[in-house]
Amino acid sequence: MARIDKDTTSAIVAKFGGKPELLVQIMATIVNRFGWVPEDTIRQLATELNLSRADVHGVVEYYHDFRTEEPGKHIIKICQAEACQAMGSKALTDYAEKTLAMSMHDTENDITLEPVYCLGNCACSPAIMANGKTFGRVDEKRFNAIMDDLRGKA
Amino acid sequence: MSRTKIYVPRETAAVSVGADEVALAIAQTAKKSGIDIELIRNGSWGASFLEPLVEVEVDGTRIAYGNVAAADVAAMFAADLVNGGAHERCLGPTMEIPYLVNQDRWTFSRCGLINPLSLPDFELHQGFQALTKAFADGSEAVLQTVADSGLRGRGGAGFPTGIKWRTVADAVGEQKYITCNADEGDSGTFSDRILMEGDPLGLIEGMAIAGFAVAASKGYIYLRSEYPLTHSILSRAIDTAREAGWLGDDIQGSGFSFDIELHIGAGSYVCGEETAMLESLEGKKGIVRFKPPLPAHEGLFGKPTVVNNVVTLASVANIINLGGERYAGMGVNRSKGTLAFQLAGNIKRGGLVEKSFGVTLRELIEDWGGGTATGRPVKAVQVGGPLGAYIPASQFDTPMDYEAFTGIGAMIGHGGIVVFDDNADMAELARFAMEFCAIESCGKCTPCRIGSTRGVEVIDKMISGQNCDENYDLLVDLCDTMEDASLCAMGGMTPYPVRSVLNHFAEDFASSEEPKNE
Repeated sequence: MARIDKDTTSAIVAKFGGKPELLVQIMATIVNRFGWVPEDTIRQLATELNLSRADVHGVVEYYHDFRTEEPGKHIIKICQAEACQAMGSKALTDYAEKTLAMSMHDTENDITLEPVYCLGNCACSPAIMANGKTFGRVDEKRFNAIMDDLRGKA
Repeated sequence: MSRTKIYVPRETAAVSVGADEVALAIAQTAKKSGIDIELIRNGSWGASFLEPLVEVEVDGTRIAYGNVAAADVAAMFAADLVNGGAHERCLGPTMEIPYLVNQDRWTFSRCGLINPLSLPDFELHQGFQALTKAFADGSEAVLQTVADSGLRGRGGAGFPTGIKWRTVADAVGEQKYITCNADEGDSGTFSDRILMEGDPLGLIEGMAIAGFAVAASKGYIYLRSEYPLTHSILSRAIDTAREAGWLGDDIQGSGFSFDIELHIGAGSYVCGEETAMLESLEGKKGIVRFKPPLPAHEGLFGKPTVVNNVVTLASVANIINLGGERYAGMGVNRSKGTLAFQLAGNIKRGGLVEKSFGVTLRELIEDWGGGTATGRPVKAVQVGGPLGAYIPASQFDTPMDYEAFTGIGAMIGHGGIVVFDDNADMAELARFAMEFCAIESCGKCTPCRIGSTRGVEVIDKMISGQNCDENYDLLVDLCDTMEDASLCAMGGMTPYPVRSVLNHFAEDFASSEEPKNE
């Protein structure tokens, strides 16, 4: 993922009419495209939206989606909520951590592994999200196939 | 010869198990075989356990093929798929699948049936008839019909929709808002998603009716970020409605103007709480507000605001079309109409079941659900999301009725039913309830912010067998504090699953039982 630059930030702010009440939407757009919000972007948003840096910081820190560290090329989220627990998401998480040789919340070898609390795919548990796409009925074999597919496309 | 219609859902659950690949394989195989087909990406009927569910229309009847994989497609064509030919995946006519036939489809009547992004298809199936009728009858008649229906908020709280709308209609103010809570964060729930992906125009119509009833010119949908496919379908549907003059200024010459803005959440569970959602819609942290003032008086940007769940709003169109009494004629006691129950977790036949209130938990789990996916006995079901109680088998005959569930210390909530088999460790699940609250607490009130962390610690001590009796009492006391003193349901109801484990599955705190017996 490319790193967001000043002009792009300004363009996104302009797209939302420079309205401070759309801060969450602006931030979501940035994170969707670039994966995270760097510190200098927070400063720039505060200036351009006429908000205090504390206000912008508060919003960034509050929402789980708004990462302040650069994620890997591939973002894998494994659902940890009850319906997926009932179908073995803990074992799947253990398996993912073992085979990827990393822990939840870490970024290693172009991969970021994160928990998510419900993907709304609870009748096809366990569910994961890989680079924004939801997968259901994920067992170890299917997990490996999804990872192979992602790496193949890289 | 007319083109054969083949349906493959474009819905998250179906796509998550390969529907896009199946659709591609069907298109390619048909092309290669020189067969002229019309591939329609419909919504889901809600029988998620059968996804990907492919249908082919033969002489006006849709023939279903369940659990289709891309690898099956060539053989299905060879078996004369286009004429509904026999194949091991064939389930016969869709409308004869018992799971679907035995439902009471009111709100989800178009889901699976239509192409969700086709305005002609929507209009062919009563789409926008209710809004047109509302314009003719006037806002007073709409308010009365919704009140007569007995419809209660389907987001979980079950507040009477008619009263909420009346309050906003009576509130003084030039600007009022309709906000649709589509932040469906409860584990085990996906009815909002299935509705928005399968019948997005139905939600738009419901919001416009609400706007007309209370004189609001602007609507917001707050959709969770975990639903990217829903986002894409819903935003296209909003554009479609706007282009056709069903949103915007002077809708269809009625003199009523209404438009919808789609906002995306950012992964906060508490933003499903109505006042936190309003804060987030204003671009701020999703911190819960004190009530009063109620959102109906001072909601979004301080203006009178209706906050309704997706299913609530989508239920209104048929209430206007068919009359409030008809809706009130379904259900039991003060729980009128239907609810879209969602069977999830360790269940053989998971999916969405829209049924009148009064159906029992056992009927849903056994008749529709077919028991656990693992084939082991059901140990517990959690009803109503992460803040709902764990219910033991001895209470499975409880009818689905808001008050009956309150009576057993549980709640129906948004209708999610998560099934666990006898391998479930209930002490771990009680711990998880507290842990989830600690992760998601907005932090405004102390009982929730601190109580949840203390709750995890106390449960950890009980699990490891330290001072079990004292810690048991401490946990009950902590639950009392959280329940009585939290600002919203996050801290106020996290004790529900915890207490239910203490009450019904205390043996899972095995080490806590032993000292008592000494």
